[in-house]
Amino acid sequence: MIGFGLIKGLSVTFRNLFSPVFTVQYPDKRVGVFGLAKSKNKSVFELLKEEPKQILYAILGLAKVKVKNDQFPRFRGNEFVWYDDRCTACASCAKYCPLGIIEIVTHASGENLQAGENYAIDKFDIDTGRCMFCGLCVEACPYDALHMGTDFERGNYHRAKLVLDKETLISQDKNPSSWFRPQFEEKEYNPWASNLSDYKEAGRHEKPSDEKIKQNWVNKRKFNG
Amino acid sequence: MFEFIYNILDFSFDLVIKDIKFENYILTGLTGVIIAFAVINGVLGGVLALIWGERRLLGRFQQRTGPNRWGPQGILTSTADAVKVMFKEDIVPEEADRYIFNVAPLLLVIPVFIIFSVIPFGISLYAVDINVSALFILAITSISGLSIICAAWASANRIAIFSALRSVAMLISYEIPVGLSLVGILLICESMSVMDIVIYQKIPFIFIQPVAAIVFFLGSLAEINRTPFDLTEAESELAAGYQNDYSGMKWGLFYLGEFAAAIAAATVFSTLFLGGPNGPFLPGIFWLTVKVVAVLFFIIWIRASWPRFRIDQVLNLAWKGLFELTLVNIIVTSIAVIIWTDGESNRLIYIGLANWVFAFPFVILIFKMLKTSNYKNTNKESMTYPIGSDTPKFIKEKIK
Repeated sequence: MIGFGLIKGLSVTFRNLFSPVFTVQYPDKRVGVFGLAKSKNKSVFELLKEEPKQILYAILGLAKVKVKNDQFPRFRGNEFVWYDDRCTACASCAKYCPLGIIEIVTHASGENLQAGENYAIDKFDIDTGRCMFCGLCVEACPYDALHMGTDFERGNYHRAKLVLDKETLISQDKNPSSWFRPQFEEKEYNPWASNLSDYKEAGRHEKPSDEKIKQNWVNKRKFNG
Repeated sequence: MFEFIYNILDFSFDLVIKDIKFENYILTGLTGVIIAFAVINGVLGGVLALIWGERRLLGRFQQRTGPNRWGPQGILTSTADAVKVMFKEDIVPEEADRYIFNVAPLLLVIPVFIIFSVIPFGISLYAVDINVSALFILAITSISGLSIICAAWASANRIAIFSALRSVAMLISYEIPVGLSLVGILLICESMSVMDIVIYQKIPFIFIQPVAAIVFFLGSLAEINRTPFDLTEAESELAAGYQNDYSGMKWGLFYLGEFAAAIAAATVFSTLFLGGPNGPFLPGIFWLTVKVVAVLFFIIWIRASWPRFRIDQVLNLAWKGLFELTLVNIIVTSIAVIIWTDGESNRLIYIGLANWVFAFPFVILIFKMLKTSNYKNTNKESMTYPIGSDTPKFIKEKIK
């Protein structure tokens, strides 16, 4: 039939007109009234009661909602997460670092020799401006004190501000990446949902019990057989 | 509209200054300035809106969002673009013919605005009513070809000349079918005035002259260089075509002219074939706007969907397809006009029926003869695959 191809082409694009868009908007996205209500976990009527100005903005298409794009949990971001309670100042990370950008200065603390606190940490600097995020320091840490982070919006005008010092590492929000930390993945931990400030939860993954190992072994044979 | 504004001016001047008597030509001039100001600014605003709407709609057609950052729904994007273009550096090539190079953009823009002088925006809302305004529109639109070849020749660029030659070849070819497609309407209305045509359209002429509507629409697409006839600006072959050496606001004028031409083409089509300002209840300007927006949407939809013609395909379509269709349309319409003379009841319906029965089948027949419809009967073994990939064996087996 003549003209059928033309109409078919038009129909394909017309269907696309009403299909959802693939564009990912960043760092904020424009939302309508319903999108705004959804982002604030409220119904439209509640929003109308509380913030009628925002509704007006949304109708005009001016309402913005901050977007945080979720990466995969193993994403290695432009920061590190460090738990000072876990750290024994062994400086394995500094020794393994191929670029030598981790600087650790300690002095003998003279207390709690059994608990691994022989050394008190004076200085723990990571120069992320020169870091290549290979993660060797994280692999090297014997006590899971150092983790890769998930933050990546750390653009800066000064190189000096890219250095993560001890105070920043202690005080900042702790959202460790699950890269090289299988214990997080076992717990299905999501770094973008929760803040892991307690050092006890960031620990090593436990050795499975003998029974579990046995069961695994049996299951494996069953599957293959 | 002219007399209305003229009378208001006359009255208000009489109120303010009683002693001095204004000559008629001053009032006429002032009235003209007011009307021109309103129309030109309306079209310029329309162009800004169209550029935004086209980018936005194309985005949606391709499952993107399109520009949505600057202003509500991104509507100020084209304004920002316009400001940017104004502040860009204006470069003239060394070998360019400076005078023609500078005049060419104006030649494209001015005729487009002149077209709007004969368009009725309402039943009594028009700038001028020429008794041959249909012919006037056809004559004015062909100036764009002159502008394009001036621009290409003056910029001393071989790629630009290729583009301009294509454009002129297309313009010459499509001028004939476009002109002849209007003959059917002129026969029915027995007038060349657009105003008369609009008043005569109790039923939109697209239903009475379907073949003429198709030919006119395709022809006007070709004249404004839009997809699928946009081979003057085929990026892969000619870069930007005749605008290659233009920058700054001169390029901006070309851009403005193109989009204003799109609006003008949509307006002319909706005036001649969709009933123009005719419509129930609401004022005519509203109905005209609705129709123009609908036609523009269809033009953008076509741009999102259809591929571009080759130059030989374009000329084939004009000379072997559309030209014959217009002749068929003229013959059928003139016989119908003789049979059902003016004043007879339901005249338009009978003429329309005659056109649908006798003229419309020729669209299919002529396009069959052009062999454009091998969509269904594709020989699957001769199907070509993208360059660089030999047909894999398993696909060959599958086809068999």
